[in-house]
Amino acid sequence: MNKFSIKNMNLWYRDFQALHGINIEIPAHQITAFIGPSGCGKSTLIKSLNRMNDLVEGCRIEGEILLDGQDIYGGIDVNALRKRVGMVFQKPNPFPMSVYDNIAYGPRTHGIKSKFKLNEIVEKSLYDAAIWDELKDRLKKSALSLSGGQQQRLCIARALSVQPDVLLMDEPTSALDPISTAKIEELTIKLKKDYTIVIVTHNMQQAVRISDNTGFFLLGEMIEYSDTEKLFSIPKDKRTEDYITGRFG
Amino acid sequence: MENLSLGLEAVEEIASLKISNRKIMGRKPMDFFLFAFTWLGIGITAAVLLFVVGYVLINGLPHIRPSLFAVQFTTENQSLFPALMGTLMILGLALVLAVPLGIFSAIFLVEYATRGSRFVKIVRLTTETLAGIPSIVYGLFGFIFFGVFLGWGLSLMSGAFTVSIMILPLIMRTTEESLKSVPDTYREGSFGLGAGRLRTVMRIVLPAATPGILAGIILTIGRIIGETAAIIFTLGNVARMPNHLFDTGRTLSAHMYALANEGTHPGEAHATAAVLLLVVILINALSSWIAKFVKS
Repeated sequence: MNKFSIKNMNLWYRDFQALHGINIEIPAHQITAFIGPSGCGKSTLIKSLNRMNDLVEGCRIEGEILLDGQDIYGGIDVNALRKRVGMVFQKPNPFPMSVYDNIAYGPRTHGIKSKFKLNEIVEKSLYDAAIWDELKDRLKKSALSLSGGQQQRLCIARALSVQPDVLLMDEPTSALDPISTAKIEELTIKLKKDYTIVIVTHNMQQAVRISDNTGFFLLGEMIEYSDTEKLFSIPKDKRTEDYITGRFG
Repeated sequence: MENLSLGLEAVEEIASLKISNRKIMGRKPMDFFLFAFTWLGIGITAAVLLFVVGYVLINGLPHIRPSLFAVQFTTENQSLFPALMGTLMILGLALVLAVPLGIFSAIFLVEYATRGSRFVKIVRLTTETLAGIPSIVYGLFGFIFFGVFLGWGLSLMSGAFTVSIMILPLIMRTTEESLKSVPDTYREGSFGLGAGRLRTVMRIVLPAATPGILAGIILTIGRIIGETAAIIFTLGNVARMPNHLFDTGRTLSAHMYALANEGTHPGEAHATAAVLLLVVILINALSSWIAKFVKS
């Protein structure tokens, strides 16, 4: 079953066309990775899936992006969409407040006021993000005092707190050390049971380690999209082969 | 001769060691000049500041007597108490008028208006121009508009409105800067959770910008307390406490101007200057304490 289906999508930043005729089906409860060199449009694509591109001046989109069959650019509530499609960013971006308030921010935004309910959500989200044991005694501490890896897992917990269907991860480990990266990869694999995950990465090994499907992007076009194992072992396109064997990028 | 040259070499070696120890002096003469000028700059600035503060306090403090704080100003006792109250009233009113307006305008410009749009540019140009106008021009405007046209006369209201227009650009500017310095990643994080713009601004951006906004308000407090020309035009310079919003009065700076101008009470004028200085220091300390409190 496909969570997202993107049909013939083009995207412009003012006069610059950043994405050309993208067609892609993203299956539910799997990890789909987008790889490609810098500036290939992979981040732009992932940001279109929860309409974060709306915030960019002069961004224009053509084509269809369907989430469970519903066009996300066709008159739906953006905030409801972003609640369903959570996002983890490249640089850990916890809010300058306590660990607890960081997690409770999302549920509070969507109207949950009960202290009891919030406590429950905070505990569950941190537990699901595999950071509860590290943080359970530091809930009142500022989130900014945590290490980079902890901050990123806190941000994952924060994204989980509003119970999304989909988790978008835009190079979530590029600012982290190898040990934190391993923890996040392990966590991501664990999370696909309950969430559909789309991850952008510049690290091909990461895509191999965790993803089920991989799309390779180059200069705003999707060159190849298939099963991860297939794409990395018998790529169909010469450019994919050149990239994964390290001839450029 | 050989001994001498050896000795010279040793001296040179020691000297070069010393220089390399003090990294700041570096090897190039330019480095040394920059170093010297930096210290000269700091030295002169500190000296001027100390001289002014010292002069005011040394001349003013000996003249401070309890009678200067009598409720009534009389010809025999040039009490500064009414002026002190006038200062605090103008300060309070002007802040109440200008701070919300300035902060909300800045929020609109940074968070809601299209960044870099023509409208934003025009508003910014206007506020920058307003910030550059001499205060006496504001005084004249306030006198004619609030005093004469609206019929408020020389009063607390005329004074406070005039001063608040004067400080509005300053508050807008500093608030804008502190909002802009809040990283966009915070906004993205909030939007990404499905929060709307209002919630993002109120819960995430504004709290993060508060220390900067408070610093701007502290700056403005100094401007208001020190304002004289615009105040004399609009609040007037009558030595009594205003009884209601449309009553005239004076502020400490206007009081000092009057005393110094008449030349009959130089001691009281100096005392007023000292009190003015202490009030500013006190309010600044209080505001930074509040800022620190808010931050934690």
